[in-house]
Amino acid sequence: MMPWRMGEGDPQRDAEGRLRNLLAIEGLREGEILEILDSAESFLGIGERTVKKIPILRGRTLVNLFYENSTRTRSTFELAAKRLSADVLNIAVASSSASKGESLLDTVDNLLAMQVDGFILRHPEAGAAHLLARHLGERAWVVNAGDGQHAHPTQALLDVFTIRHLLGPISERVVVILGDILHSRVARALIHALSILGCPQIRVVGPRTLVPPELQGLGVHVFHELEPALTGANVVYALRMQRERMDSQRLPSLEEYHRRFGLTAARLRLAEDNAVVLHPGPMNRGVELSAEVADGPQAIILEQVTHGLALRMAVLARLAGGNP
Amino acid sequence: MSLRRRIRNLRLIDPVSGKDYPGDLALAAGKILALGEISDDFQADEEIDGSDLIACPAFLETQFQAHTPGSGLHGDLCSELHAAAAGGFGSVVLDPDTAPVADTPGVLYQQRAAAEAVDSLRVYLSGALTRELRGDDLSEMVALAEAGAQIFSQGRQSVADSQRLRLALSYAADLGRTVFLWPEDRCLAANGVMDEGPLSLRLGLAGRPQAAEEIGVERDLRVARLAGAAVHFPSLSSAAAIARVAEARRGGQAVSCGVSLHHLLLSAEDIGYFNTHTKILPPLRNQKNRDDLLRALADGAIQCLSSQHVPWGRETEGQTFAQAPFGIAAVQWTLPLALRLVEEGSLDLLQMIRLLTTGPAAVLGLPPPSLAPGANADLCLFDPDAELQPSATGFSRARNHPYPGWPLRGQVRYLFVGGRLRYCSAAG
Repeated sequence: MMPWRMGEGDPQRDAEGRLRNLLAIEGLREGEILEILDSAESFLGIGERTVKKIPILRGRTLVNLFYENSTRTRSTFELAAKRLSADVLNIAVASSSASKGESLLDTVDNLLAMQVDGFILRHPEAGAAHLLARHLGERAWVVNAGDGQHAHPTQALLDVFTIRHLLGPISERVVVILGDILHSRVARALIHALSILGCPQIRVVGPRTLVPPELQGLGVHVFHELEPALTGANVVYALRMQRERMDSQRLPSLEEYHRRFGLTAARLRLAEDNAVVLHPGPMNRGVELSAEVADGPQAIILEQVTHGLALRMAVLARLAGGNP
Repeated sequence: MSLRRRIRNLRLIDPVSGKDYPGDLALAAGKILALGEISDDFQADEEIDGSDLIACPAFLETQFQAHTPGSGLHGDLCSELHAAAAGGFGSVVLDPDTAPVADTPGVLYQQRAAAEAVDSLRVYLSGALTRELRGDDLSEMVALAEAGAQIFSQGRQSVADSQRLRLALSYAADLGRTVFLWPEDRCLAANGVMDEGPLSLRLGLAGRPQAAEEIGVERDLRVARLAGAAVHFPSLSSAAAIARVAEARRGGQAVSCGVSLHHLLLSAEDIGYFNTHTKILPPLRNQKNRDDLLRALADGAIQCLSSQHVPWGRETEGQTFAQAPFGIAAVQWTLPLALRLVEEGSLDLLQMIRLLTTGPAAVLGLPPPSLAPGANADLCLFDPDAELQPSATGFSRARNHPYPGWPLRGQVRYLFVGGRLRYCSAAG
């Protein structure tokens, strides 16, 4: 057991200030983000080859440690690691040790005893990746694949990668984030990434129960009506609406949500002509987006998935590749 | 048996008279025999050189969780009283939130027996106001009073139902004991783990709005007035709520409040990257509120300072912020933490001593702790200039506190209770 250390420094960086783990977008420098995005551009081509494998991480062992269900994130991390020639261990803890009462850090210590090099962690509680990084210190690195409602840095990176890849520099685009901002780690991470890359206007829109006015503190423009928020937008990012929000009385029904905030083709026409529509998945058709928008030419949701793979290769290569 | 002692060359600060002057102390038969210039006729068993030390009555902790009875995993009366003595305390009031809850005489007898066995500091007991602190059924308050309950308390649980609160307070008022209440609108507080504000939004943690405490204080003040009961809010975090209590006091209502050192020294920003050692109830608020709290302290709107000691054992470490239990265990560093407030100019030394001695004693209905001849020799002798850095691990079983490595000043050198030495630390 490491000496107990709390509240010291940024666990994302090593003593020299280098990026050792990827825990959150907040605190990253613009140059670091751009390096990762540029490196992802070069990994994008690998997926189009017949032999989709390069030896950057040969001999390394990575653990996909998932305390929450995930299809997209878990499989793209797995494929990304495999394309870099790493060995990957997939552990879905929701159905194994946690139900036997083993704590996160005990589980990790056991895996560490098997000499693994890095962890990709998804956990239902905010700060879990920070806790793990602090615990591991120099022994292994951590990528946060989503911690509670706090952060999801690789999602934000793949989103800004997608926007930049298709539309050019972020610093010239108006971005609208639509839906449940309050409970969304995707939205938080994206807001930070867009701000660091100099996005001139980030708008968030949704009902006040899910988009509190205090969000202005994050440097965004807050809207509670969809139409003015969409006017002049280049990018519309729709978030998944969770059914729990009805149980907690933040919304009367999904139908009413769609009536106020569902992105339909007619509403989308308020945005710029070449505006693109993103969604982190999984999507509720007829709630966040109408089927017409989801299947329409402006939706680039599947591109996000392809780019997610390249982006995650870039992140793994950066964190794992540095150490011989 | 307590020795006859003469302590020379002290700086004596008496919170009752407000006097601050150099002199000696003579202790005999557990009492202060004389002070100032001591006659040479006094035959001491032991002489102590008190040069550079300040002498004042030992402190009284109004919020002290020693998990007795309990599992033992999170400390017990023995470990936690040792830590309290090192912090300058001669007396503590036990929280009723033990396992089982102190809602039956048996639990109080058990606590008394444990306190006698440890034979260290004075231990005052609190009886739960309601069974299991649930805020529903009344506890047998007469039986609890007979078993030694000095006060009645709701621990860290608010009473949701206003009518039940009124009846419980009315019943307690018959017994002439102060009731410690935890004022909070439970529905609004919901499952928040930190102050609701820009920081909780950033960290993606559930927020606990400050308004929940302010509504709780307003409601509890009005209900206490209806019931005619004396109430104490042991740990308020909102400066606006404290202003309301001060207003009610000016209007003649029997109400008082305390603030923890943590709320005066830290703010929500200190949570940093999910530091679970800053997770407390009420939650740390924003910096502006902290500034207002310090002003309220200087203005005399607060009656008690507390370390709000809540130790948690190592089994609770390594959890995420949401999972980690609420509480800070820093009673051992109460003196230097309180002196930090003096050093920063938030209050003077006499005020600090009063907030830790006469203030809490008045809340508990105890005689005011003083240095007058005939008073109990419950004394704290401390070196205000000794440098001290809290360590992660101290005498407490727990190490859930955010102060390791803080450069502080002030160290308790001698702690007497009833004339008996209960803690002593080497100088230098």
